[in-house]
Amino acid sequence: MADSDLKAMTAALPGESFETTAFTTPPPLAEATVALVTTASLHHPDQDGFEVMDTGYRVLDGSRRDYVTGHWSPNFDGAGFAYDMNTVFPLDRLDELAEQGVIGRVADQHLAYAGNQFDLAGVRMDSGPAGAALMREQGIDVVLLTPV
Amino acid sequence: MSTLAHVFEAAGIATVSLCSIREQMESTAPPRGLWCDFPLGRPLGKPGDPEFQHRVLAAAFALLDATEPVMTEFDEAIADGGDEMLACPMPPRHDPDAHPAVDEANGLRAAYDRGVEMTEGRFAAGRTVDADDIPSAIEAFIRIAEGTAWKEAGIPGMPMRVSHDIRSYYETAALAMVDHAPAAWASTRWFLDETETGKVMLAARQAMQDQDAPQPMWFYLTPGDR
Repeated sequence: MADSDLKAMTAALPGESFETTAFTTPPPLAEATVALVTTASLHHPDQDGFEVMDTGYRVLDGSRRDYVTGHWSPNFDGAGFAYDMNTVFPLDRLDELAEQGVIGRVADQHLAYAGNQFDLAGVRMDSGPAGAALMREQGIDVVLLTPV
Repeated sequence: MSTLAHVFEAAGIATVSLCSIREQMESTAPPRGLWCDFPLGRPLGKPGDPEFQHRVLAAAFALLDATEPVMTEFDEAIADGGDEMLACPMPPRHDPDAHPAVDEANGLRAAYDRGVEMTEGRFAAGRTVDADDIPSAIEAFIRIAEGTAWKEAGIPGMPMRVSHDIRSYYETAALAMVDHAPAAWASTRWFLDETETGKVMLAARQAMQDQDAPQPMWFYLTPGDR
């Protein structure tokens, strides 16, 4: 069993194609509000977990640290996240960058989706735009996306 | 994940995507993509290594200076050799009347509870099956491995989710028995190759395949290359 074998199994899967690539120029990073969006199916213990093929999102409170992964896929190492949440969700590192003035501010809320979806229409047409609108309402300038 | 990058960018939010699989990054082509050749499940590379994680973040945020879509790669890869395995003490046999896998799971309960406390339950059981019910969930897979039709074995939920809880139970227990961040997949290999329950899960997976169970029902019981 090797990580390279698992990657090879999924490398050839067709990805979503976009005719054009949207491109937004952010403010300087030192003035930007930064949020995390992960597809690691993270949620707080008191939130609903992610069902298989769940295309929704969960809002993660940046003032908490009780994040658990509800991802159903067996094709990722979970021990790294278990040992150190920043391996997947580097919120402590963002806080440090904000303290150093490298980034302007860390968002109060972040988002989690479930990756490894076979049908991305719901994400592309529904929960993705809804999550983006929520981030916009909160003045988010930059999003760092992390997979699992 | 790169699909979300397109959607968020179209909504006026600049994005940077950490990507684990180069081909998938290139296929979906996010506005700003950084391919990090790290093991799946570790997009920041090294647990417990803030300096390394900051290097990854610096490389990612540097892409915000680009004036057009950009995809590049992080300058250091982390290879998984495919053979590193945790060395964990196993509980002694306690109940000779119990199946060895069930006895083993019961014997690991104290370590699991310590692991949950240590990791704040980040990768704990509980998606479908709580820790108290892990032994009975294992019994269902034992029945499948011994010939019971998978639909009649009493799996307490969707097989892939139940199996994930069993694996999480074991790997969380393992983390309590080592004093370092394990190499990627080392605790999974330990579970599948060194424990009685790992043997059961592999046997049940094969049995379900032989029973012509729908492919997703058996395939996702373990990592796909097993």
